[in-house]
Amino acid sequence: MARNKIILYALSLAITLIAPFAFPAYGTQLATLWLMIIVALTWDMTGGQMGYNSLGNIFFYGTGMYVAAVISIGLVYDVGDYTNAAGGGIYEFTDAQYFGGLFLGILGAGIFCSITAVLIGYVTFGLRGPYFAIGTLGVAIAAGELVSNWEWVGGGQGIALPVYPGDLDIGKIFFYFLFAAIGVSVFIFVRWLYGTRFGAAINAIRDDEEKADAMGIHALRYKLITWAMAAFFVGMAGGISAFQLIHFEPLESAYQTINLGIFMVVCVLLGGKGTLWGPVVGAILFHLFKEVTWNYFLGWQWVALGALIVVTVVYFQDGVMGWLMHKRPEWFGIKVEAKVAEEAK
Amino acid sequence: MSSIIEVQGVSKAFGGVVANKEVSLSVKQGGITGLIGPNGSGKTTLFNSVVGYHPIDAGSIKFEGKEVSKLPVQEIARLGLLRTFQQTRIYGKMNGVENMLISLPHRKMSIWDALKSYSSEDYERADHLLEFVGLYEKRKLKSGDLSFGQQKLLEFAMALMNEPTCLLLDEPTAGINPTLINGLIDRLKRANAEFGITLFIIEHNMRVIMSMAETIYCMAHGEMLAQGTPDEIQNDQRVIDAYLGAH
Repeated sequence: MARNKIILYALSLAITLIAPFAFPAYGTQLATLWLMIIVALTWDMTGGQMGYNSLGNIFFYGTGMYVAAVISIGLVYDVGDYTNAAGGGIYEFTDAQYFGGLFLGILGAGIFCSITAVLIGYVTFGLRGPYFAIGTLGVAIAAGELVSNWEWVGGGQGIALPVYPGDLDIGKIFFYFLFAAIGVSVFIFVRWLYGTRFGAAINAIRDDEEKADAMGIHALRYKLITWAMAAFFVGMAGGISAFQLIHFEPLESAYQTINLGIFMVVCVLLGGKGTLWGPVVGAILFHLFKEVTWNYFLGWQWVALGALIVVTVVYFQDGVMGWLMHKRPEWFGIKVEAKVAEEAK
Repeated sequence: MSSIIEVQGVSKAFGGVVANKEVSLSVKQGGITGLIGPNGSGKTTLFNSVVGYHPIDAGSIKFEGKEVSKLPVQEIARLGLLRTFQQTRIYGKMNGVENMLISLPHRKMSIWDALKSYSSEDYERADHLLEFVGLYEKRKLKSGDLSFGQQKLLEFAMALMNEPTCLLLDEPTAGINPTLINGLIDRLKRANAEFGITLFIIEHNMRVIMSMAETIYCMAHGEMLAQGTPDEIQNDQRVIDAYLGAH
């Protein structure tokens, strides 16, 4: 690894560790930034690297929330009774029950979402291009509607989880580091994955699936596994969100197709589809833009956001990293090489 | 020499259009077999049937004695029967080396193998084959930016990387600069002789196919019109009529 890269990674890690203590007032925003990075990086696994633009990844986020909540509650109480009380009643959780439920719930959410990704993918991966996008969007919307009519998990009211036991400021830092840990894991994971034959195979599917078939690549198998891996991380992120938000309901916070479901796509487009750093850069820029407009242009924030999406999609499709690759191809090793006879032998 | 591909009475219709009507042919193991015919005579349809791109209506297709007419494309490819496309297909967003590496045979690769990185032998083989087709200097460029002829050469190198036992080439010289064609003929012959790959080639360029193939089949209107050595085909009145439009 080049020296510059090591410095870059060390610096990123240092900022990650220091940020919540340096800016204690922004603890929740910083945690949300990591959530954006996670959903952007995982969206890019299928959207950027495999060429399957899913609008339904938010399904795994929402499902992760519910699975984590149900597991953590179900370990201690009857889930139906608990949600019936809708935050009322006396439902105490000891510290051990809270943290045990939290970790098992988050892990369970990841595993459950992986399995559902394989099942849904088996049906939806027959669709190509915009049909896949619409098909997966349909799954997410349908799931939201179904869950909001399912009384056992609280119906349209959603679920109220126990509050973080202890100092709430420490709680903020705790959730920040949970998101950051998943985010860093995702980054390290995809960085490794894209360097393997597996990574090359999903790139081949993106560039020309028919050719990949003709070359004997197990296309469906790779597609299912990739989506399952993405769903694993998104599901866990959803699980953390459930505990961080304390109360969540199906349509606005869990299966929020028009918010986070679209934001993750915009982040990736803004930063650069199909690149390692693109989703991270895009998530940071997008989150900054969003927070600034929400704070200083309240009332116009959705207009500003819409304008950003339109400008990105129409004029800036390759994103920041794609633009850099175009302007400075030599930074990425894209060049005509001098013939080296020895090397070829 | 025994035959590696046996096509028996294959028919294929698209709606009312009969593209192949009871076509039979055999491709000799280790040799070079040609397939010619006017545009629309059903050559590419026959190729597509052989590699499993679409189901056939009747007949049988055997590869190394095994019936393959009901198998999907990827499985046939993993048996070692590979095709290149008339409209060249490469992975445009990847560079030459990546295109080569992804073409490593997947028939022996398990999902755990897929999680490994490429070995230095893989890179050497990729570089060697890129050198073989004359693309070594441009191997780091985005393949989509290469010229059509270069993409065609890259596709050929990718096919070789896959270590097929038999390679079906759909018009390998179409769109290639005439001075490059001789080089390509030479490389196809070397691939056949050195790597022992059986070649089955659709070609419109008569000079090319006559100088390479041992056996040539000629199709017209979806039917097999004639077969024989290059000399026999060149002097066959039916073939001449088909090309000049007497049919």
